[in-house]
Amino acid sequence: MTPKSATLPLLTFFIAPAFLIYAVFSVYPLISTMVLSTYDTDAAGGHSFIGFGNFTTLLTDDAWSGPFWNALTNNAVFFAIHMAVQNPVGIVLAGLLSLPRLRGRHTYRTLIFLPTMLSVVIVGFIWQLILSPLWGVSEGLLSAVGLGDWFAPWLGQEETALITLSLLSVWQFVGIPMILIYAALLNIPEDLTEAAQVDGIGHFRIFWHIKLPLIAPTVALVSILTYVGNFNAFDIVYAVKGAIAGPNFATDILGTFFYRTFFGFQLQQGSPTMGATVATVMFAVILIGVMIYLALMQRRVQRHAF
Amino acid sequence: MRLKFTPIAIHTVLLTYTAIALLPIALIIANAFKSRRAIFTDPLALPGPDSFSLRGFAKVLAVSDFELYFINSLTVTLVTLALVLLFAAMAAWALSEYAFRGRLFIGLVFAVGIMVPIRLGTVSILELMVALDLTNTLTALILVYTAQSLPLAIFILTEFIAQIPKDLKDAARCDGVSEIHIFFAIIVPLIRPAIATVAIFVMVPIWNDLWFPLILSPGEDTQTITLGVQQFIGQYVTDWNAVLASLTLAILPILALYLLLSRQLVRGLTAGAVK
Repeated sequence: MTPKSATLPLLTFFIAPAFLIYAVFSVYPLISTMVLSTYDTDAAGGHSFIGFGNFTTLLTDDAWSGPFWNALTNNAVFFAIHMAVQNPVGIVLAGLLSLPRLRGRHTYRTLIFLPTMLSVVIVGFIWQLILSPLWGVSEGLLSAVGLGDWFAPWLGQEETALITLSLLSVWQFVGIPMILIYAALLNIPEDLTEAAQVDGIGHFRIFWHIKLPLIAPTVALVSILTYVGNFNAFDIVYAVKGAIAGPNFATDILGTFFYRTFFGFQLQQGSPTMGATVATVMFAVILIGVMIYLALMQRRVQRHAF
Repeated sequence: MRLKFTPIAIHTVLLTYTAIALLPIALIIANAFKSRRAIFTDPLALPGPDSFSLRGFAKVLAVSDFELYFINSLTVTLVTLALVLLFAAMAAWALSEYAFRGRLFIGLVFAVGIMVPIRLGTVSILELMVALDLTNTLTALILVYTAQSLPLAIFILTEFIAQIPKDLKDAARCDGVSEIHIFFAIIVPLIRPAIATVAIFVMVPIWNDLWFPLILSPGEDTQTITLGVQQFIGQYVTDWNAVLASLTLAILPILALYLLLSRQLVRGLTAGAVK
């Protein structure tokens, strides 16, 4: 298809509405936030240019660097748990669902995807109630299978709160890797696996040696979506633990740290310029991930081209 | 070792995971219809004649404006969806159909928005909304969500428009039909199947979002359902009937809609994913 030439008024008519809204409410705020991160807020609320001063403060000042590195580390753990649990479970479920002659695959697919449709806030509250020692549902269930002693107020303990929160998020979002990888598996032409089937090779080995390498690009896509989503997360922590991300900031991630920095909380006044600084650092973190993804994809495409 | 994939083993794994996915939700909904005593004495039981109670729902509807929150969420989601579908289709058409200077640049600027979360611009978005006097309005949310959804919608629709046979357009052009007419009379009806895919990517994140309602329109009149539930639970955290009922009220509409449309929704999702 060769594109047609068009007049300027016509192009403006088609593109301007989308471009204007996107430019004003997305591109401009992003750039403006980055610019703002190079300014300081004085007591009267005025701004003055200080270059990279805010970043130095954030990374080295005792009052800032501790909470910042804590949030970044927690966020990395949050992401690592998603990669270690959510995506492998999603791949296994997708692999099972795509097995030939499986009955009820639509029903399974629909039901397992259901939690993904719910609001993160609702999911956070659901689990907060279920894990609450006050209600005792989880303790009762564990006792029923003889594991009653295992129960602890996981969301309340400093050592377990972050892992528990991450697993709640995993529980909600397993549907996304499952559905994306399932779609990719269905797209593999049958003749690629037929020969192996004729040779009597089992489903597991066909999956591991033939199908998985073929869907590697989808696994990479799922990973980068997880990465961007995780380093931008906020709702789950805010819903379950509030902006303070307790106990003792054990569940603080970049999203909640950004929110507190911008709006302030009991111990500290909010600052738009420091907030913008944290947002810019988050932008850099996300950009690094996207760059790595694009570089890997590029290499792969080149390898296939030659 | 050779793993055996007997049908029973496969169904056991899938059923177990389905139970893990559904039981927590079922537990909340079942207990929302029980008396306070029954919630605590026998949480795993279904509501029966002795334990059935609607006290939680009565409380929620009496002390908070759930209908309003629901209407707010519906307004924001549907108006945004309409704007996104119209503007994204127009832009996708122009970007894929016409050759012009700056096409690549505009395409790239939109592409960046697929990966970069709009939340990172929140500080400036709030300043902008204050300057435009739009805080505590649904308009603020609609504008931000439209900006947030456009890049992915344009991407999906461009892929879709590229598949429309050339002959259809050329035939119309030979008849001297104007370009604007070609778009609205020929292209728009043809991209209707893509609407389901775009709709799911646009609507679900907006309906479920907490961040922007919390920051841009936390006022009592403009709360969305997600923010409304969050605030309500914060306030009545000790009233288990009310908390369970408010969660159920937030879950049920989505649940009904999802089960009703799940075929199309999941198909739309996989169609979008394959591209």
